[in-house]
Amino acid sequence: MNALPPSSRDLVKPADTPRRRVWRRFLRHRLAVASGILLAIMASLCLAAPLFETVLGVSAFKTDLFARFAPTDSQFLLGADEAGRDVMTRLLHGGRISLAVGLAASVIAAVIGTFIGLVAGYRGGWIDRVLMRLTDGVIALPLLPLLIVLTAIDPAKLGLPESIAYSEQATLYRITIIVALVGWTTVARLVRAETLSLRSRDFVRAAVSQGAMPSHVMRRHILPNCASVIVVATTLSIGNIILLESVLSFLGLGIQPPVPSWGNMLTNAQELVWSEPWLAIWPGLAIFITVMAFNFLGDGLQEALDPRADRSTN
Amino acid sequence: MLRFVLGRIAESLIVLLAMSFLVYALIGLMPGDPIDLMLSANPEMTSEDAARLKALYGLDRPILERYWNWLNAALQGDFGYSRLYQKPVLDLIPERLGATTLLLGVSLAFTLAIAVPLGVYAAARPHSTVDYGINLFCFAGISVPPFWLALVAIILVAIPFQAIPAGGMGEPDAGLWERARHMILPVATLTLASVGSFTRFMRAAMLEEMRRDHIRTARAKGAGPGRVLFVHALRNALTPMATVLALSIGSLFSGALITETMFSWSGMGRTIYEATMGNDYNLALVGLLAATAFTLAGNILADIAYAVLDPRVSYRSGGAD
Repeated sequence: MNALPPSSRDLVKPADTPRRRVWRRFLRHRLAVASGILLAIMASLCLAAPLFETVLGVSAFKTDLFARFAPTDSQFLLGADEAGRDVMTRLLHGGRISLAVGLAASVIAAVIGTFIGLVAGYRGGWIDRVLMRLTDGVIALPLLPLLIVLTAIDPAKLGLPESIAYSEQATLYRITIIVALVGWTTVARLVRAETLSLRSRDFVRAAVSQGAMPSHVMRRHILPNCASVIVVATTLSIGNIILLESVLSFLGLGIQPPVPSWGNMLTNAQELVWSEPWLAIWPGLAIFITVMAFNFLGDGLQEALDPRADRSTN
Repeated sequence: MLRFVLGRIAESLIVLLAMSFLVYALIGLMPGDPIDLMLSANPEMTSEDAARLKALYGLDRPILERYWNWLNAALQGDFGYSRLYQKPVLDLIPERLGATTLLLGVSLAFTLAIAVPLGVYAAARPHSTVDYGINLFCFAGISVPPFWLALVAIILVAIPFQAIPAGGMGEPDAGLWERARHMILPVATLTLASVGSFTRFMRAAMLEEMRRDHIRTARAKGAGPGRVLFVHALRNALTPMATVLALSIGSLFSGALITETMFSWSGMGRTIYEATMGNDYNLALVGLLAATAFTLAGNILADIAYAVLDPRVSYRSGGAD
């Protein structure tokens, strides 16, 4: 740099901060950028669901026997279902639930995974072995059959009062927690790997040699440096978590009607697949596109935040 | 070698035992016990009858004691009766496990037959248009909800083509074609749902291998690109695939549950689902344990395969994962 004549040194942009470099690398991943925009649009449309209902004069919830299987027109943009409810606004309401449950479960899963990964990576020894055995176990076991039993348990038998156990909110919380309980493995493994490499770095050793407690080192020195790994791993697990929620709701074990979710909209559509195939296409397409967008977004974030990581292993 | 295998088997048995208790406890928390079900079916039963029956079957005892009794009976081969099928549970399992193994085996063969060449091809031309296309295909495969894929397969294939059935297994003693016809859609669904992640792993393993020194040596000694790819890189890249395969058996089983339910394939997955939904506790419990045992056995096999394939792995180091 010093050898350059002053005039061309001025051409170098002065503020090439790490943050900008990350942003530039992210923008180069066109699919990730497109996915980010798509998800933002989708989220705003879902939030605006009541607005669409008012403007178009349709309802996502009210049964209208005169509008059963109404074809696509300027009022029912995607037609109406077997109870005459507008499919488009139902999709948007379902999207609210699916996205909210997906995001909430991912955040809970990220907290669990970060904790397990940090402790396993920093403590090492038998703690690490036990925690990683547990992680491998959760990955390797046939999860769906287990989750089916887990969702079928009666919350009242756990000692919850019936008014809470059988309320609409309770099923939402329950599916969120259950999905989060198995969705933390990616975060745990990536955070553990990052912790292992950070543990032997000089600034961590300096802190330890000055007498910092392990919990302090983990919180103040390791955790902030794991932030990008956590963001990437969380984004990458949202897709899986939404898929899991939709499967459970589809099987009748997740979000219960009349609350619409993309998964449970497909339950009814399955029986009508011979006569009304379109009812089965739309909710699945919404899940497919959303999950794919989150996966692309995670891929792009990974390349931008952690360019050394192999883009094909996660 | 024998010690390693025995150690892994012992470890798996402990996991299985822990799982059996966990699942037993969970099933105890499911709505309604057998006596409640009898009560709702028979209006003439009084609550005293119910209490007497509960005491008779030991349902009023603490969970640990009940589990202990169940375990003792189970170890003597008595897993109880299925409520839905009115048969001893054990009579139902082999046939269903066989059906699932058939479905998983065939679709796994197809998955590998597609994923390995695709992964190698993509790794041979990284960042080319073809690699990009394969990557898109993989992302689609990872992101598609399997139950929706099954619905789309029914809409696009089973409805227009009468020869390809949308469900069932065919007559039990029907010919090979009859059975194969019923397998087309479930196998296609399972394959499409799992081929994406396998292709990505294969590509990553190949790229990793291509960076190694022995590849450079082979090139320097004049080996052609085809020989380098298939002889020097592919062999080593297949070894990590064995581990991936082992860790995937559980998720493949989850995929089988969905596919079997969608296409009315009487396998283990569908049995567990229907048993859980139909309050058939004995069957659900044994089904889950059979599924777990199936997965653990797969893991052991893959560990052995890994140790055999890769001479660097020592049997004493505790295996491959």
